[in-house]
Amino acid sequence: MSTYLRVVSDADVGVRLADPARPPSIASETQLRSVLASLAGVDAVGAEARAAKLATRSIKTASKRPALDTIISMIDLTTLEGADTPERVASMCDKARRPDPHDPSTPSVAAVCVYPDLVAGAKSRLVGSSVAVAAVATAFPSGRASLAVKLLDVADAVAAGADEIDMVIDRGAFLSGRLGQVFDEIVSVKSACGTAHLKVILETGELVTYDNVRRASWLAMLAGADFIKTSTGKVSVAATAPVALVMLEAVRDFAESTGRLVGVKVAGGIRSAKDAIRYLVIVNETAGSAWMRPELFRFGASSLLNDVLMQRLRQTRGVYVRPEEFSAD
Amino acid sequence: MTENHLATSHLGAFDYDPAPESASIARLRDAYGLFIDGDFTDAASHASFASVNPATGADLANVAQANSPDVDRAVAAARHAYDTVWSKTTGAQRAKYLFRIARLIQERSRELAVVETLDNGKPIRESRDIDVPLAAAHFFYYAGWADKLEHAGYGANPRPVGVAGQIIPWNFPLLMAAWKLAPALAAGNTCVLKPAETTPLSALILAEILQQAELPAGVVNILTGDGATGAALVEHPGVDKIAFTGSTEVGRLIQRRVAGSAKRLTLELGGKGANIVFDDAPIDEMIEGIIDGIFFNQGHVCCAGSRLLVQETIADEVLRRLVRRVEQLRVGDPLDKNTDVGAINSAAQLAKITELVAAGEAEGATRYSSSCELPSAGYWFAPTVFANVSSSHRIAREEIFGPVLSVLTFRTPDEAVAKANDTNYGLACGVWSEKGSRTLWVAERLRAGVIWANTYNRFDPTSPFGGVRESGFGREGGRHGLEAYLDV
Amino acid sequence: MSERLDVRKTYKLVINGAFVRSESGRSYEVRNAAGEFWANVAQGSRKDVRDAVKAARAAQAGWWTATAYNRGQVLFRLAEMAEARREELSQHVAAAEGVGGADAHASVARGIDRIVWYAGWTDKVAQVLGGANPVAGPFFNFSLPVPSGVVGVLAPQDSSFEGFVDTVLAPLAVGNAVVVATSETRPTPGLLLGEMSATSDFPAGVLNVISGLTRELAPTLASHEDVDGLDLEGAGDDHDELAAAAAASIKRVRRAGAGDYAASSTSRLRSFVETSTVWHTIGR
Repeated sequence: MSTYLRVVSDADVGVRLADPARPPSIASETQLRSVLASLAGVDAVGAEARAAKLATRSIKTASKRPALDTIISMIDLTTLEGADTPERVASMCDKARRPDPHDPSTPSVAAVCVYPDLVAGAKSRLVGSSVAVAAVATAFPSGRASLAVKLLDVADAVAAGADEIDMVIDRGAFLSGRLGQVFDEIVSVKSACGTAHLKVILETGELVTYDNVRRASWLAMLAGADFIKTSTGKVSVAATAPVALVMLEAVRDFAESTGRLVGVKVAGGIRSAKDAIRYLVIVNETAGSAWMRPELFRFGASSLLNDVLMQRLRQTRGVYVRPEEFSAD
Repeated sequence: MTENHLATSHLGAFDYDPAPESASIARLRDAYGLFIDGDFTDAASHASFASVNPATGADLANVAQANSPDVDRAVAAARHAYDTVWSKTTGAQRAKYLFRIARLIQERSRELAVVETLDNGKPIRESRDIDVPLAAAHFFYYAGWADKLEHAGYGANPRPVGVAGQIIPWNFPLLMAAWKLAPALAAGNTCVLKPAETTPLSALILAEILQQAELPAGVVNILTGDGATGAALVEHPGVDKIAFTGSTEVGRLIQRRVAGSAKRLTLELGGKGANIVFDDAPIDEMIEGIIDGIFFNQGHVCCAGSRLLVQETIADEVLRRLVRRVEQLRVGDPLDKNTDVGAINSAAQLAKITELVAAGEAEGATRYSSSCELPSAGYWFAPTVFANVSSSHRIAREEIFGPVLSVLTFRTPDEAVAKANDTNYGLACGVWSEKGSRTLWVAERLRAGVIWANTYNRFDPTSPFGGVRESGFGREGGRHGLEAYLDV
Repeated sequence: MSERLDVRKTYKLVINGAFVRSESGRSYEVRNAAGEFWANVAQGSRKDVRDAVKAARAAQAGWWTATAYNRGQVLFRLAEMAEARREELSQHVAAAEGVGGADAHASVARGIDRIVWYAGWTDKVAQVLGGANPVAGPFFNFSLPVPSGVVGVLAPQDSSFEGFVDTVLAPLAVGNAVVVATSETRPTPGLLLGEMSATSDFPAGVLNVISGLTRELAPTLASHEDVDGLDLEGAGDDHDELAAAAAASIKRVRRAGAGDYAASSTSRLRSFVETSTVWHTIGR
């Protein structure tokens, strides 16, 4: 049973409520259920066949260069290790700002993505750049904490200057049918974000079915997500092409029915420029050109950037280049 | 006349550059003879004709025109090979020849794909990913049957029929050759194959492959030519069995010609497939399925889902999504790996499509055609959807054999079945619903040889394919596909 | 001028796609039919059987859910590899069985043809053993053959290659994973085929080959509760005892037969398949 949908008050959550100009369009858990139940099913065979077909698109030289630059500009350069240090994050920030120091025409990445305690350092290192700072919050990656703790986690990151918050949904609640609870948490986190953009991680590897991916996508969008994101990168099944396809269909259909454009972030396991280009093709042919920009599509990745830079340099030099051309961090 | 060009709300930000496969991979010779008794030979008349690239109008190669004396020679070679070699070859040995052919098709797959695309006009993505791999798979599958015929359910020691005359169409030239040859050879028959007049080249590459495989001379003979060549083969007294794939019109003539003779006959003819969409269908995959159903191979598919029957409750939404998707199709150079819809196979076919589309407009249906730019040379037709079609319209009854979809609506499952069956054809239908029980209920009542549920245009060597009613008789593929080539 | 000294090969077990010496560290001497030294061969232990069953169990689902076409391609690839090493196989068969070169060649040729035969079965088994059932009611009812799971094979003691091929390929073709104990005294042709399987697109663990003393290996295979089927072709004197041990976990047991390894019969194929029947309603 949803609590937020019944009890909407500052006192309950201790933080500012969502922008009243954009209230949740869902008024009860029953209504949420019926909206999600009304979504068409996804035929797994068909969805996978469509994704595989799109993977055969051939992106050659002249269209490859802008594609590579687009990919760089869409990267959330990420480090989410227990062993992260301020120094490592600082180095990553430098790289985010100027991915290829020898080629000033290389765009900056979209954002760096770090744990909340590293936000302040990243923020100060990136002063004067276009690179945003994203923080994973809400007891990332498991999401196993009380709502109060999750909201404190978010508030902490926002106070430290995070421009974007990557939250995780409670997969257990979703899978056991407590949809209202999942919805409420997103609404609460959204309000705790203030002006920060909210990316909602569905952890599609744990949702397992494409039907669940579609319903969770709609649930997150109805609750106010600015982005829906595939994965934490911490479970074995991360982003896949068919999952991205289903999520892009969801944002396309949501935009048609509400007029609001929600972004998609694919994360986990995307390591090569070739993979990234395949995702761009899916974006292009599913949601369309409106989504072909960092405001609406992101790659959560770490090693992807170097591969894209190598491909780019290969195009410039006309020969394959060594991985050591670019710093590891 | 109403022609609504679609809104262009798409692409632009990410233009794919042309990614053409190299035509030189085809390594075509200037001229090909008839493949008789293991060698390429001149036609008795020395006559020849050019095979044309429908995407450009350019000649690709000259092929010999087989006439009656050539048919005599080919049938005699097939008979001799049957009597002296092939009928004495064990199933295990025949299997190994077929495995060799399958492997050689895999090894020369890139060349075959390019040849197929040049000669037919179909997108290289399809010839590369569908036609050629499926052709190899057919040989693999029937290779496995050659030494297991006693397990196929036709008795302890099923015997072959003898010499098979096989006439194939231009829409899947290599694949149709594989569908015909593989089961015939597995069962122990020898063959005279006549590829279509406009698409003879991949069959001639296949002839080279048969040589490489050291298939005994005369076991397969390939005669290029026109309708007269096919007629001579059909009427030849030395042929024990005719297998024909093509139009219902020609099928009718063939059946009349073999009537009264002991010749066995299988016919795989035209269709007007209904793709039935219920309102609980998985909508995104269903839209893709409708698109594949009608625009796969430019709609040059006998089992194409050329009639879309949509439940009225979702008709507007389906049409809106369909039209948006049609506009996204990439039409153009068939050799470009990113092309979705290629060239119309011939001027004659283009004229037929144009005539029927004009009839659709004249009868009051609403036409949506892609705003894509069509190349100036060659034969092209923009992907087209007709809404507000009624069952009596010509575009709902006649096989267009092109990239043209007719959309009709229904309200109940019973009405859907009645409309789907309101045709003389009966080749294939599609049913889209997440309710399995209803899908099976509908499938039981559809008069069609193949019914796809939540998918369309799926082919597999293990799966029987063929029609009912005026779509023909006999099955190709699967265990059932052996029957046509066994004396049982 | 001194004669070149030949490089001798140690014959290892094939477990989970890797070539391993026995976990026990033991090996034994294999002699040819004339009683002369032929090779040192790893002597598998109970623990090797345990490891092999574990690998087979892990691999079986993937082997079965691969398409039948794919399984056929993999088996055919094995035939291609064996064809390329026909001479070597023939030498081993000649040495192991004491037959002349021509007979050994013929036997190997029949064995390879048998691989091809099974390669062709993978995508036909369902069409021969399965089918629709016209139940009296509004139901779509069909039966499909599915593999038993992990099959333990005691390969024939006498027919070192042909018999090995037939007993191993039949359960593989229908989607089982196999743990095979080779002929105790004639193990090398089977071990060679195991080597070839590891270089012919077989997923690791689908085929595991263990040489050793049958009296040590067989009871472990027969009593292992995670083994679903047991082919007792090479069981010898302990045949009935092993069959009884298999009863504890209700294994499907195939008793030793007449030794015809080229018969055009589906008997061995049917030994390790189950029938799975699906009912589905039909209604508006």
